[in-house]
Amino acid sequence: MSPFVTKVQQLSGQNLLACYQCGKCSAGCPVVSQMDILPNQIIRLAQLGLREDLLESKAIWVCASCMTCNVRCPKGINIAEVIEALRQIMLRRREDHVDVKELSDAERADVPPIALISSLRKFTS
Amino acid sequence: MKLAYYPGCTLKNHAKNFEDSALCAIEALGVEVDEIDRWNCCGTVFSLATDDLIHHLAPVRNLIRVKEAGADGMLTLCAMCFNTIKRSNERMKSSPEDLAVINDFMYREKLAYEGDVPVYHLLELLRDELTFEKVAAAVKRSLGDLKVASYYGCYLVRPAEIGIDDVENPTVLDDLMKALGADAVDFPLKTECCASYQTVDNPDIVADRTNQIVSSALGQGAEVMVVSCPLCAFNLDHRQRETARKYPEFKHIPVLYFTQLLAIAMGCTEESLKLDLHHVDPKPLLQGKGLI
Repeated sequence: MSPFVTKVQQLSGQNLLACYQCGKCSAGCPVVSQMDILPNQIIRLAQLGLREDLLESKAIWVCASCMTCNVRCPKGINIAEVIEALRQIMLRRREDHVDVKELSDAERADVPPIALISSLRKFTS
Repeated sequence: MKLAYYPGCTLKNHAKNFEDSALCAIEALGVEVDEIDRWNCCGTVFSLATDDLIHHLAPVRNLIRVKEAGADGMLTLCAMCFNTIKRSNERMKSSPEDLAVINDFMYREKLAYEGDVPVYHLLELLRDELTFEKVAAAVKRSLGDLKVASYYGCYLVRPAEIGIDDVENPTVLDDLMKALGADAVDFPLKTECCASYQTVDNPDIVADRTNQIVSSALGQGAEVMVVSCPLCAFNLDHRQRETARKYPEFKHIPVLYFTQLLAIAMGCTEESLKLDLHHVDPKPLLQGKGLI
């Protein structure tokens, strides 16, 4: 197993090889239409250790951690945790997805604290 | 049962309508709660990474405050606070090693946390402790024929280990609305995510979700939607502006906190409803129904 696959499994606490590609995670994902690779494909690419395809994907930043995939996976894999692990690998390289300084004053004033805090918690290091 | 009330970051500002209506309604129901002294933000989202212990400090610190107050448990209103604090609590209960590290880190706290503070959502209190029968008996102003679509979103029901109702087909909000005399309108997208915090840097995706969720509720005949999360409220109510820009056919609907309808039914004053904090004005509908 490559160090990358080991890291993803460690950070997520999931056994990637349990997935048998039924596709139920992607079928129920509410934001799948904006993803470049689908949740079931994320798991497949992670099994294969295709690091760059995953870390450079848009999909890992589209996931809203709604947990729908997790509660429906027939193999009990927490897909949202795997996606969090991929985000964490990027964030721990200080590669933030959101820069609060780039938000306009109007954008910052508009959204409630619960939105700003959760966005910064998920998308910044 | 004496519960310590945890407000969380948004109930003191954007969601003041949630807090004021809830506190008025539960007082009318004879429930006494004290706000937790020196509470801090819970972090809003539960960290999903196995080694990320630092993000459990905030929830655990709040649970220590509940113990210091000598209360029997924590009462939450916001679905995200409920989820984050309850999940951290479950992790502390199931992992003595993690709990030891966290207590060690917070060695200046007067007491060490032992994983023994139960975390409740207000809906659980109403359903399981008070019971909806007693809530129904306390109704002073029935909601009449108001058609209410209850939106559960994510964090009240997922994951199943901490959810307060069935993970795919929850009914707790609908049951409460029926107890208040309303017509509960079931709709297929009641547990589908509004795209949550994507609203900060990707409001376009929220417009897609709001369009689908609101249109689904309207399609089933809803006149108003109720929520239990300030982020769902922002996305489903305030983001209707962006949604209407992207989808010209989009039709608006008022979005209320479930506690606002509860407060109306319990005879609370209009002041406790803070109806000026909404994007889509709920007043014409509520006035038309004789509810305000």
